[in-house]
Amino acid sequence: MGLGWLLWCIALLLGTSVAAAVGARHRPASTLVYGVCLGTSAVALVIAAASLIAGRALTGEVQLPLGLPWLGAHFRLDALAAFFLVVVNLGAATASLYGLGYGSHEEAPERVLPFFPAFLAGMNLVVLAHDAFTFLFTWEFMSLSSWALVMAHHRERGNAAAGYLYLLMASFGTLALLLAFGLLAGPAGGYAFSDIRLAAPSAAIGGVVLALTLIGAGSKAGIVPLHVWLPLAHPAAPSHVSALMSGVMTKVAVYGFVRIVFDLLGPPDWWWGAVVPLIGGITALMGVLYALMEHDLKRLLAYHTVENIGIIFIGLGLALAFRASGMQAAAALALTAALFHVFNHSLFKSLLFFGAGAVLSATGQRDMERLGGLIHRMPLTAFAFLIGSAAISALPPFNGFVSEWLTFQAILLSPSLPQFLLKFLVPAIGALLALSAVLAAACFVKAFGVSFLGRPRSDAARDATEADRWSIAAMFVLAVLCLVAGILPGYFIDALAPVAEALTGARLPQQNELDWLTIVPIAQSRSSYNGLLLFLFIALAALLAADAIHRWASAAIRRAPPWDCGFPDPSPMTQYTAGSFSQPIRRVFGAVLFRAREEVDMPRPGDTRAARLHVRLHDVLWDTFYVPTANAVQYAAQRLNKAQFLTIRAYLTLVFGALVVLLMVLAVWQ
Amino acid sequence: MAIAIDLLVQLVQMSVVLALAPLLTGFVRKLKAHLLRRQGPPLIQPYRDLLRLLRKEVVLAESASWVFRVAPYLVFAATWVAAALVPTFATGLVFSYAADMIAIVALLGSARFMLALAGLDVGTSFGGIGSSREMMIASLAEPAMLMVVFTVSLMAGSTQLSSIAASMQSPEVGLRVSLALALVGLVMVAIAENARIPVDNPATHLELTMVHEAMILEYSGRHLALIEAASYLKLLLYISVIACVFFPWGIAVSGQGAAAYLAAIAVYGVKLAAGGFLLAVFETAIAKMRVFRVPDFLGAALMLGFLAVLLLFVTRAG
Repeated sequence: MGLGWLLWCIALLLGTSVAAAVGARHRPASTLVYGVCLGTSAVALVIAAASLIAGRALTGEVQLPLGLPWLGAHFRLDALAAFFLVVVNLGAATASLYGLGYGSHEEAPERVLPFFPAFLAGMNLVVLAHDAFTFLFTWEFMSLSSWALVMAHHRERGNAAAGYLYLLMASFGTLALLLAFGLLAGPAGGYAFSDIRLAAPSAAIGGVVLALTLIGAGSKAGIVPLHVWLPLAHPAAPSHVSALMSGVMTKVAVYGFVRIVFDLLGPPDWWWGAVVPLIGGITALMGVLYALMEHDLKRLLAYHTVENIGIIFIGLGLALAFRASGMQAAAALALTAALFHVFNHSLFKSLLFFGAGAVLSATGQRDMERLGGLIHRMPLTAFAFLIGSAAISALPPFNGFVSEWLTFQAILLSPSLPQFLLKFLVPAIGALLALSAVLAAACFVKAFGVSFLGRPRSDAARDATEADRWSIAAMFVLAVLCLVAGILPGYFIDALAPVAEALTGARLPQQNELDWLTIVPIAQSRSSYNGLLLFLFIALAALLAADAIHRWASAAIRRAPPWDCGFPDPSPMTQYTAGSFSQPIRRVFGAVLFRAREEVDMPRPGDTRAARLHVRLHDVLWDTFYVPTANAVQYAAQRLNKAQFLTIRAYLTLVFGALVVLLMVLAVWQ
Repeated sequence: MAIAIDLLVQLVQMSVVLALAPLLTGFVRKLKAHLLRRQGPPLIQPYRDLLRLLRKEVVLAESASWVFRVAPYLVFAATWVAAALVPTFATGLVFSYAADMIAIVALLGSARFMLALAGLDVGTSFGGIGSSREMMIASLAEPAMLMVVFTVSLMAGSTQLSSIAASMQSPEVGLRVSLALALVGLVMVAIAENARIPVDNPATHLELTMVHEAMILEYSGRHLALIEAASYLKLLLYISVIACVFFPWGIAVSGQGAAAYLAAIAVYGVKLAAGGFLLAVFETAIAKMRVFRVPDFLGAALMLGFLAVLLLFVTRAG
């Protein structure tokens, strides 16, 4: 029953999309479209959450006479799909709420409004699809509708190039997924997921499918080195769409990976559990280091998406390793950690993109070096952004910490794995995770500190005004959820139990009946965490200190110019900038990874020209992977160009030759 | 009844750490002065400093926001809570299950995050230099600390400090290479995190070498008092963690009589004094290093912690 309602919601979204294409230029269109999206996503959210909590009662499967005539379109709602629908629709609902206010700033609504509901519908459909054809079709639909949104402001510098790269990587990823499904379906060609699940591929085929899925779903999720399009394309879209792409669409990609590797592919090999977390660890560290070098606020957030996807893949990979060795309970813990991080990241990443969008529409600036002091002009946005920053930096008592804590607990279970390679690898991955967590904190001290604190570095920042009330409401909904998921994680972990049980055959102990809502992943004597108590303790201790001091000690306060060791400089340009903030970290990590070079151009004594410091960074991954590939394609294209101008005889010879070769291949194959 | 005793122990613990922390700092200062053949301030000078600061008015920079005013309270609260959850003289603290060792490290991270933001809030270059360097140091110190946490919790089979202390007392732990590596790593992290020589100098006010002091340069009055108190607590916390994990002898276990608790408090005092003594001798014997040598120092700590974990992983039978 729940599934039927969900499909009607999606149909309504698609209808809205068509209607918006016709009437986007009318004035109330924006409010109407976002209002419908908000209502529909809220309904879908309630249905998905209800079916996740109620268990089997609301799940179901339908087959619609769409798509390929001999296959039809299969849709199914199960625990995994329900969980990801919660993530999708929560993000969609808050983005629509934000859009109610933010959309009125849009200069070209006809380039945004028709595609926004279509994008939401696409993401919902991918999660519900239950055969290969529908999955790939809706996946591509989701990619193209988001591409259209990326190109909404196509005249701005760099956006067209970003859209082109996105299109290229998306098609490449879909191609990889197409091949993966082809291998999964096998020679018999049963493309419904229920048929695929029955077919047991050989170990070699399983490995190839894993690699193809890592390329296909991983390029969409943004794992290194397939992430290059993400920090260009996500920030190019309008901010609420950036939030959806970073916070939600990457999660749909994670869903694709989980669905194929955990559900369809059958029992894993142990080496999958080595490859996937290693990729995750590298992705996490590289993502956060790129983010630290970045001064564009939205692009910095996009690089953090790369980092968090890495953390999620660490959890997923550990789950694979445990499952391959028959440690079901540990696999359930690792998978729960990864999925909880999926949920958490969708919350705080949407929140942060909303904040960046509010800053962008208030100042017209994305460059942090031209912001500053916004906390005085935009206090509410600043407060919400601060909560999001603390959450993404994995600081207790917020939600990001809980899922990383669970991942650490999973890592601490790994000495019992029998494979020697994993014994070496997993502690290294733990170190990578620890490094990226604290570097993320450094990065958000920079992001929040330089943009919102200090003194304004430009007129635009000085004259900024607070965002509209819809945007504020959307940010505060997410901020409250970040805190709630951080202090009451037990309920969320319990809600994930059916998903873990379906995919690993085990579940974590029931959490919500423990004293004081503590979470205990394995056993009380082993490890426990209680965000609620911690939060209350900190609040109580801070209030106690404040009260005691104001009662018995001084409460006097005097405003004065800053001290600054006696030489305060009134120019805001003497403040620490984002570039100078990250300079120590650049010197520690950047010399190798980015081939960072600093050149000081110091004028001779007597010369009045200003001194200059040039910092040169190289994207080593881009230089080593992408530039050679592009050159090779260019070279091949130029050589093959001749084939466009042949005679009819030559073409016939080519066709005949191809036929002969194919027949020979077939003969040898048989 | 047992709960009431546990609760009492928890409250005593919270007050003990708060009461002893300034004394520990005063003790270290006094010892350092003696080692340099100076008289040095009296032992209770930190208490006097705190009281004096609390009574003074706050001079607040014009560009400061609420972050600057709230940060001292949050930093103090987070550090105090973290210190209250470390078993100092007794295990079985009633709230110790609320946060294990990873969470305690992260709590200190929260405090650091707020303080670094406060450093950027006024918009001066010294605040920025302090925040930036503090986060650089933390970016290596915290992973090193987590590696140490991994080591001891893999040995004890738990990340709870109470369980770790109990299992480290049991005879089967014995002497292990991993433990030695982890101890050295943890000491290095403790030195860096507490802004001690050779990483940072708590007594310096020479602008270009400051890290922690630069970050809190704009603070005055009660705000400064809270931040100072938090840094005293942090030093006590790190020495307590080292004592609790590597030298857990003499810790009272829940259910023992009042005499045992009193004896345990005395033993704890001795441990703190020993820790303070070693710190003072070490600080006197060594010179401060350049800021960009610090990553080498902490990188060594990280590698030690990592080696310790790796040895454990490899030697542990399937």
